[in-house]
Amino acid sequence: MSITFNKVNYFYQMNSPFQHQALHDINLEIKDHSFTAIIGHTGSGKSTLVQQMNALLKPSTGFIDVDGRQITADTSNKNLKVLRQHVGMVFQFPENQLFEETVKKDVMFGPLNFGMGEAKAEAQAIKLVKEVGLDSDILERSPFELSGGQMRRVAIAGVLASDPQTLILDEPTAGLDPRGRNEIMELVQKLHQEQGKTIILVTHQMEDVAKYADQVIVMDEGQVEKIGSPQEVFSNIEWLQKHHLELPQTTQFAISMQKKGFSFPDHLPLNEDELAIELAKQIDVEGSGELG
Amino acid sequence: MDKFIFGRFIPGESWVHKMDPRAKLLISFFFILLVFFANNVMSYVLVFAVLISSILLSGVSLGFFIKGIRPLLWLMVFTVIIQILFGAGGHVYWSWGWISITQQGVISAVYILLRFLAIIMMSTLLTLTTQPLQIADGVEELLKPLKKIHFPVETLALMLSLALRFVPTLMDEATKIMDAQRARGVDFGSGGVKQQVKTVVPLLIPLFVSAFNRASDIAIAMEARGYKDGLNRTKYRELRWRKQDSISGLIYVVAGVVLLFIRN
Repeated sequence: MSITFNKVNYFYQMNSPFQHQALHDINLEIKDHSFTAIIGHTGSGKSTLVQQMNALLKPSTGFIDVDGRQITADTSNKNLKVLRQHVGMVFQFPENQLFEETVKKDVMFGPLNFGMGEAKAEAQAIKLVKEVGLDSDILERSPFELSGGQMRRVAIAGVLASDPQTLILDEPTAGLDPRGRNEIMELVQKLHQEQGKTIILVTHQMEDVAKYADQVIVMDEGQVEKIGSPQEVFSNIEWLQKHHLELPQTTQFAISMQKKGFSFPDHLPLNEDELAIELAKQIDVEGSGELG
Repeated sequence: MDKFIFGRFIPGESWVHKMDPRAKLLISFFFILLVFFANNVMSYVLVFAVLISSILLSGVSLGFFIKGIRPLLWLMVFTVIIQILFGAGGHVYWSWGWISITQQGVISAVYILLRFLAIIMMSTLLTLTTQPLQIADGVEELLKPLKKIHFPVETLALMLSLALRFVPTLMDEATKIMDAQRARGVDFGSGGVKQQVKTVVPLLIPLFVSAFNRASDIAIAMEARGYKDGLNRTKYRELRWRKQDSISGLIYVVAGVVLLFIRN
């Protein structure tokens, strides 16, 4: 089961003078258990695209296939709960969605809406608060007493508590400090690797794309410009510049090394590990050459 | 919500768009007064002639205009029906118990409908062609005389422009929170009354909390930029009364005088 877009167009405020086309003829497939990153300039349609995946927005023309269920412009708003339980969504600045008196109640809110029993929802809340890296004594506190980073985690726990198979994260690390960013991304990676969840990540952090994603979708002005592995997407530097995107820092560093005469025979390294391996290999070769 | 145009602004370069907001506010106010003076066919013809030519001058298409006030149709229909059923006087066409349809009732229903239409169309024209901040500036300028009786005009104007500035932001935020809660399994607008009232809580509480946070952030940011209590401040946007404002005003005054002559 996967998510497939078939000739999807989307207009905001259709048939009014304010009409605005946000998605142009989108065709793409997101496979089960994959880790897809969606990148693009601000206003390129990334958030509109991901909101189609759990039918918060419905295509104006074309259709989307989510877990064997077709969503078109005519799909009724009823019976979408099952779909939304399967496809969980963490919005930008999700801390704004907290409202209950205690953290525990807020985390239980989603599961209870999706029809999970009270006891099971509570167990989920206790488990997930721990999983997102918070102390369990936070459970009885008000979510509005917490720090920004803690609130973000509670909100993410609230989405994860419904146990979605597919998880969409719209810039989950925006506005967090470096440590918080790392911890959230490690959590996402763990969910992907250990629980086999499909991850769809909207981000501006090219380092995260290079480190975690196995598929990258590049959006520009409401169109899909490229779909491929991080390697494919980051290989054409001029093309990236044309679409106002940056390279991961490691790759930028590797390019300045190249300018000083260093060469990377296979491909430019995308993350620290690849760079280190490549350097070790070349230094080793030179070292043994001198010895011999 | 998408089709509802009342209170929205459409950018443009027309005669009406370029007018001074004070002129537009005064004219709208004057026009609404005029509407209540109209009491026969000729006077209504005059009122609508003035109104429709103003709309045409604004460059907003008439069809779009009519489509935009359609959501208010039910309100109009409701008032008209009440008027027809309970209006008294003149020839009685039909009656049943204390409900009766009379000549006077029908006439006043038609008048009420026309007045309703004229007032709604005029105020829609005002908001469609004037930016909210301009309206705030205009209101401030027009209230200036009240300073003599120690009415806090500047404070009111500041509140008004802040409120207007944050209407779209809060709307965006409300939509975002709604979407986030829908993604967590909330069904807005379905189920019984009790169910529906319950779904408002996860929307309203975050909205209030973020409004409080925003208010304190804005207050701090304003203080940091040297805002005190609004006394002796200069203005960045200055309103300019031009020839076309006087001409438009004059036309309306003439129309008003004519109306006083042709009414019964």
